[in-house]
Amino acid sequence: MDALSELLQTAQAAIAEAGDLVALDQARVRYLGKKGAFTERLKTLGRLPPEERRQAGQAINEAKQALETALTARKAELEATALDARLAGEAIDVTLPGRGQRLGGHHPVSRTLARIEALFTQIGFTVVEGPEVEDDFHNFEALNIPAHHPARAMHDTFYFDAHTLLRTHTSPVQIRVMEQREPPVRIIAPGRVYRCDSDVTHSPMFHQVEGLLVDEAVSFADLKGVLDDFLRQFFERDLAVRFRPSYFPFTEPSAEVDIQCVICGGGGCRVCKHSGWLEILGCGMVHPAVFEQIGIDAERYTGYAFGMGVERLTMLRYGVNDLRLFFDNDLRFLRQFQ
Amino acid sequence: MKVSEQWLREWVDPAVSGAELAAQLTMAGLEVDRIEPAAPAFDRVVVGRVMDLVPHPQADRLRVATVDVGGAEPLQIVCGAPNVAIGLCTPTALIGAVLPGGLAIKKSKLRGVESRGMLCSAKELGLAETSEGLLPLPPDSRPGQNLRELLALDDVVIEVELTPNRGDCLGMEGVAREVAVLNRCEFRPLPVDAVKPVVDATFPVTLLDPADCPRYVGRVIRDVDPTAETPLWMKERLRRAGLRGLGPLVDVTNYVMLELGQPMHAFDLGRLSDGIEVRRARPGDRLELLNGVVVEPDGETLLIADHAGPLALAGIMGGEISSCTDVTRDVFLESAFFTPTRIAGRARRHGLQTDASHRFERGVDPQLQRRAAERATRLLLDIAGGQPGPIVEAVAPEFLPAESAIRLRPERVRLLLGLDIPAAEIEDTLRRLGMAVAIEVNHWWIVPPSNRFDIRLEVDLIEEIARVHGYDRLPGNRSLTRLEMPPQPEGQVALARFKEALVQRGFQEAITYSFVDPAFQAALDPARQPLALANPISADLAVMRASLWPGLLKALIHNQKRQQPRVRLFEHGLTFVPADDGLRQEPYLGGVLAGAALPEQWGLPKRAADFFDLKGDVEALLALTGEPEAFDFVAATHPALHPGQCARIERAGVPVGWLGALHPRVARELDVEGDAFVFELALASLQPARVPVFHELSRFPASRRDIAMVVDEATPVQAVQDCIRRHGGELLRDVLLFDVYWGPGISEGRKSLALGLILQDLSRNLTDNVVEETVSGIIAGLAEQFGATLRV
Repeated sequence: MDALSELLQTAQAAIAEAGDLVALDQARVRYLGKKGAFTERLKTLGRLPPEERRQAGQAINEAKQALETALTARKAELEATALDARLAGEAIDVTLPGRGQRLGGHHPVSRTLARIEALFTQIGFTVVEGPEVEDDFHNFEALNIPAHHPARAMHDTFYFDAHTLLRTHTSPVQIRVMEQREPPVRIIAPGRVYRCDSDVTHSPMFHQVEGLLVDEAVSFADLKGVLDDFLRQFFERDLAVRFRPSYFPFTEPSAEVDIQCVICGGGGCRVCKHSGWLEILGCGMVHPAVFEQIGIDAERYTGYAFGMGVERLTMLRYGVNDLRLFFDNDLRFLRQFQ
Repeated sequence: MKVSEQWLREWVDPAVSGAELAAQLTMAGLEVDRIEPAAPAFDRVVVGRVMDLVPHPQADRLRVATVDVGGAEPLQIVCGAPNVAIGLCTPTALIGAVLPGGLAIKKSKLRGVESRGMLCSAKELGLAETSEGLLPLPPDSRPGQNLRELLALDDVVIEVELTPNRGDCLGMEGVAREVAVLNRCEFRPLPVDAVKPVVDATFPVTLLDPADCPRYVGRVIRDVDPTAETPLWMKERLRRAGLRGLGPLVDVTNYVMLELGQPMHAFDLGRLSDGIEVRRARPGDRLELLNGVVVEPDGETLLIADHAGPLALAGIMGGEISSCTDVTRDVFLESAFFTPTRIAGRARRHGLQTDASHRFERGVDPQLQRRAAERATRLLLDIAGGQPGPIVEAVAPEFLPAESAIRLRPERVRLLLGLDIPAAEIEDTLRRLGMAVAIEVNHWWIVPPSNRFDIRLEVDLIEEIARVHGYDRLPGNRSLTRLEMPPQPEGQVALARFKEALVQRGFQEAITYSFVDPAFQAALDPARQPLALANPISADLAVMRASLWPGLLKALIHNQKRQQPRVRLFEHGLTFVPADDGLRQEPYLGGVLAGAALPEQWGLPKRAADFFDLKGDVEALLALTGEPEAFDFVAATHPALHPGQCARIERAGVPVGWLGALHPRVARELDVEGDAFVFELALASLQPARVPVFHELSRFPASRRDIAMVVDEATPVQAVQDCIRRHGGELLRDVLLFDVYWGPGISEGRKSLALGLILQDLSRNLTDNVVEETVSGIIAGLAEQFGATLRV
């Protein structure tokens, strides 16, 4: 072995032994620096006879190149090790909770209202609202409920004076809409309603959604169709739905709608009073007397109306068993509906 | 209305079970609330006749009876009932009987005397709530006969919850007709024959207000026995309908009411003077009712009176003074038709709800009075004897409900129901419902029966057709409708976006009552007179909220009392503010915040929430309008808020809401723990939004210069920023406030504001010169307006 090979071997060993980037750099300087061993060697070329010079120079350069390759490789190796070491030190516990504000939530009644609105608006109903302090005309008279009508007894009305009251249902919105718009009318009216009654199953304030569709040739079959669809979509179940004759002064024919009990599936339980059915909403065809009050031609137009209790739907949908929870606003309750 | 199935089947007997019958009624609009057996389960109870009775040797209050129960040998039974007597027939529970409540009858010894059964009261058999002594059975009852058979107890009571339009079903006959229609089977109306008068006694009747009472039928019956026993079958039917026995005179009138739907009244003729007047109440009229209540009716109330004064509230309740008693000899029977609108509401006004008023306000058949009077006479004579006089009828035909024909068009039936029902079915249904049907070329003329007050219009007939056909057999459609696109105004922020923003920022939505505690309302806004309810449900829910805060603070307190110290709640809804131009009902969005700024966590220091936490939330709401710069927070005062931490929020100078710390005095008064912060915004002022308009992006780099300006502590930052913007001109893109400092290095009464100024030009690179010039201009402007100095 000649001296050059020996030098290369020594240098390569030095690079391999370098434990960190500083040691590696020292090795580089020692062999390839301005005064490094290989540089020194190149300087001696001039002393060689010209015919040997070329060959010797080539040999030195090849050795130098080999050394540089080894150097680069070793450097990459050392850098990778260093990065690994740093990252290992930066490891965190990813199971620690994130930082900042926690998400709030909508009230369950709002959640139900939003669902009802979404279902009806996507088939072309628009959402309208009305005042909660109402007059006797819109809440009763215009809905074909004159003073002393026995139906008034079922309403337990809050009064301010003889003519001003808290609306007992969302039905007055029907009247307010029809007073302002020519048919066709296709609206739902969600909102608060009030009855002077308070016990385990009655709250003095609750929510209803009223629906009204007035157009030419609207039939009871259309009403059955839309409510059938609604109830199945709302509960996301293929429920049995039944329509039963009932009585509301502002609709004729009138119907009460029952669904197969969503708690027991129709087998009978405490919630459905062992009947297998749950009364869920009232509806009917708009009474001609209502059209007459507003000046809509009852021969040309027909329509349907429906009204549903939002708390009841919410209780059935989410299994809430106490009406009073809705208005206590206890955070432990509200957070369940995030 | 409680309907005994057994009784019903005397009128109509379809081949369906009781349960099916009930289901039919429900599906026809006569909702069945419950079905109950007429008597609880028991067996081995028979008729026993007391043959002998001796005192118990060991006990004063017991006696030893020998009872014939139809077997070979009488039974020895020890009995403690006061009314046990020789000859008495009474229910006897035999050994092995199990009575309601689980009492098993065994052979036993009572104080040393053997007893082989038990004599029973009505209560012990579950036939009454209370009873005094043994249940007496008719003396001619056959000993040994099963009691269930004797009283026909194997019956069910179907309780129907009637809607107010179906007054016609407040009598068995009406329900029976309905059942016959639904089953299309034979209906047997009750045959009622006229009772021949045997005396010529009458009592005059005058209708002074014939519009209120167009028909009044009366009859005198002399020499009745008021102590006669009401027959068992009648007692049982009254019991099953939920009525108590009150002696034969009252029982008969109640029975006819249940049977035919005609409320009646029996006066003690001996206590009447001169003649009956049916008239409105006059000033000074006073009447003690049967229930002991004294009323002073007003001129809207119709009375039955004699010449001496009021006798009864017409159609509601009789008076004490003219009622039948145990010594009544002569009776005057009343069977009248009162106009429903005259009776409606009157009973409730007097705090009464009677079987009579319930029927009269819904409408009693105006053709029924004479028939009911004849029926009652017959029953009364059979039970209590007596001699009837002729019927006297006062009638004002012009005020009776008029019979009128309704036109029914087949195409309207089809249009409204979406179904072609055969003409034959329609005609059959209507005829079975008791309507007269006249067939014309393209329609029918229909005359409803006089008891159907609810049938006036063509749609009423269509409902009847639909109802009897069965709603469930009607089709359901998906409507074909015009596709009409409703507007989606982008210039209005939907409420849902505001709500969602609050939810994202950790707020939980609340829904609180719209009526609040007047004390809360007054504590928050003492100067405002809230709208008060005339009939609040309770004293602490007596006024309408003029702000969302009372409800939200109540919810806050509720949670604080339940170990939930960190509360962020919001609500939207109407507030009710009385104003000179009437009541303002306006939608508001409000919130309350208390406790720590953030949920307890490891990565951030714990810190109590303050004004600026809530302000950040409010600013997020304002930003949804697309023009947050249009809003100003103006230091102001509000009675509910901390005077130094209160801002009125204005949009382009118009007040839109409030933000602030709850006044510590108010907090203490309402029992709020710690600091609480509230906001409230008028939605109508918040919702208008700017539709975004694109601005060119600059391709040139922005320059930032940070300056620290020292101003008086009282100088509002908003004013400083406004001044900077004014002097910054078009180049100034943004101003960032990144520090506010008081303390060492800054003189007393001054503060230092650290501001980042971002400058950028659309069309060129900014030179240092231009930047310096702009910044100097700003500094000079601040110096001039606020005496601001550059902090170095």
